[in-house]
Amino acid sequence: MQLTNRRKEVSHKEQSIAEKIYLPAILKGMAITASHLFKKSPTINYPEETRPIAPVYRGQHVLKRDDNGAERCTACGMCAVACPAEAITMESAERKKGEEALYREEKYAAVYEINMLRCIFCGLCEEACPKEAIFLTDRLVDTEFERGDFIYGKDKLVEKMTERIDVSKRQTPEVLEFKKKPGLKHNELFDSSKQLGKGKKH
Amino acid sequence: MTVFLIYKAILCVLIFAVSLGVAAYATWWERKFAALLQDRKGPNRAGPLGLFQPLADGGKMFMKEEIIPNVSNKFLFILGPSLFLFLSFLTGVLIPWGKDFTYDGHALALQLTDINVGLLYILGVTSIAVYGIIIGGWASNNKYSLLGAVRASSQMISYEIAMGISIIALVITAGGTLSFREILDTQDAGLANICYQPLGFLIFFICALAETNRAPFDLAECETELVGGYHTEYSAFKLGAFMFGEYINMFVSSAIMAGLYFGGYNFPFAKEFYHMIGLEDGSAWISLIGAGVYLIKTFIFISVFMWIRWTLPRFRYDQLMNLGWRVLIPLSLLNLAITVLVEIFIRGTIQL
Ligand code: SF4
Ligand code: SF4
Repeated sequence: MQLTNRRKEVSHKEQSIAEKIYLPAILKGMAITASHLFKKSPTINYPEETRPIAPVYRGQHVLKRDDNGAERCTACGMCAVACPAEAITMESAERKKGEEALYREEKYAAVYEINMLRCIFCGLCEEACPKEAIFLTDRLVDTEFERGDFIYGKDKLVEKMTERIDVSKRQTPEVLEFKKKPGLKHNELFDSSKQLGKGKKH
Repeated sequence: MTVFLIYKAILCVLIFAVSLGVAAYATWWERKFAALLQDRKGPNRAGPLGLFQPLADGGKMFMKEEIIPNVSNKFLFILGPSLFLFLSFLTGVLIPWGKDFTYDGHALALQLTDINVGLLYILGVTSIAVYGIIIGGWASNNKYSLLGAVRASSQMISYEIAMGISIIALVITAGGTLSFREILDTQDAGLANICYQPLGFLIFFICALAETNRAPFDLAECETELVGGYHTEYSAFKLGAFMFGEYINMFVSSAIMAGLYFGGYNFPFAKEFYHMIGLEDGSAWISLIGAGVYLIKTFIFISVFMWIRWTLPRFRYDQLMNLGWRVLIPLSLLNLAITVLVEIFIRGTIQL
């Protein structure tokens, strides 16, 4: 009785003598493995070697300082709003007199934390930032033993004055131009917040 | 006499140390070689090229928790691996690593002892070695261990027959001596035994794979069916002893094959070579060079063992028994018959 037409005849040949003594097949197999002796291993010896990565690779974030060394971030929260993974939290504080060299704007982030386990490295925070304060860099996030250690605070995020981090590759003129484009939501907000700030001046 | 005793003591320690060292570094080479065959890198973190890996592994083995199952027979449980390790060293005693040399008027041999029934001794010791496995597997009181042990014993018994018969053929070609040393010396004068006994060598090689429990015959510890085989319940250094014993077995059986069939410390045009570089007979250098040549041959065999392990899948148990009883034993008998006929009618070494 034929139920379907997908039946397949399988051959059930007796093994020939050459197949029965296995030796030719064994030698063939050994030749194959031996040929691999001379192949280059594709292993990359991380961490001594790393894969070549794109110049605009999206890795660990940096909070930039401006040319005078003042932190650019004004704790506006745009990045936190834009973040699809809800990885960013911050607490803002008002700049006191005499702190102008530390913080560029009147308001600054007293606490700024990114949870690297939540982050999906999409780069939306960078895109949203009106102050050119946060950038993704081509550095990889280190491994840790504790989950808590993956929450990076300002100590790890803000760039050191002694070792400035170059983000010019991500900050191409096209990107800058793009950021000025009207009609993009964050630009609108940025503009209105500016106006808001102007109007409310005291 | 004192020179002789001191020399033997030194040699004893030396051979012990070399066996241990070779076994330790065989684990390293096994992993490195497997990696090369599989386009990987292998151990490369501990020291240059990962060379300290065996030390790290050994240290780890010592520091692991020793677990002795409650229901096991404690005495036998400890006896098993100890016996296995001990017996694996015993086979190494007979191997002549180089020619005799003279020191201060004494003729000294680079061999611990030469007994006139050497080959029988080797066969005997390798067959007792299975007791270590059986005792260990049985004492664990675990069905997987027991199955592994039973498999190991039946496998060793089956393959020993073919091995023994192929050795008989070898002994006939070598002029009827059972002494390891004399077999090597006949190869010094003439061709290596592989030229007379190619089939015998093949049989011996396959049996050696089975006797040392190496893939594709490692059914005794086949992890896909039996968890860990006979050493399922073992941990820490007792497990290490089993592993170590296996590597020493591999070393010794490679050395035996290199000696019996490939001339051991002899190599083509050895006399001319020694003459050319101006060494007289009995010089210690000749022994040393011979030992080096022997070690290289052994190393090649060890590598072939590993090469096979990383190429072939494991046999099924019935295939293993089929191969042993229905293929290898008839083949070895055929080899024996051919050898005898050749010796009588062609080489004329046996008078009727
Ligand atoms: S969007 Fe930029 S300025 Fe605003 S809080 Fe984030 S990093 Fe700071
Ligand atoms: S890269 Fe994306 S996920 Fe990560 S913090 Fe920025 S916006 Fe959030």
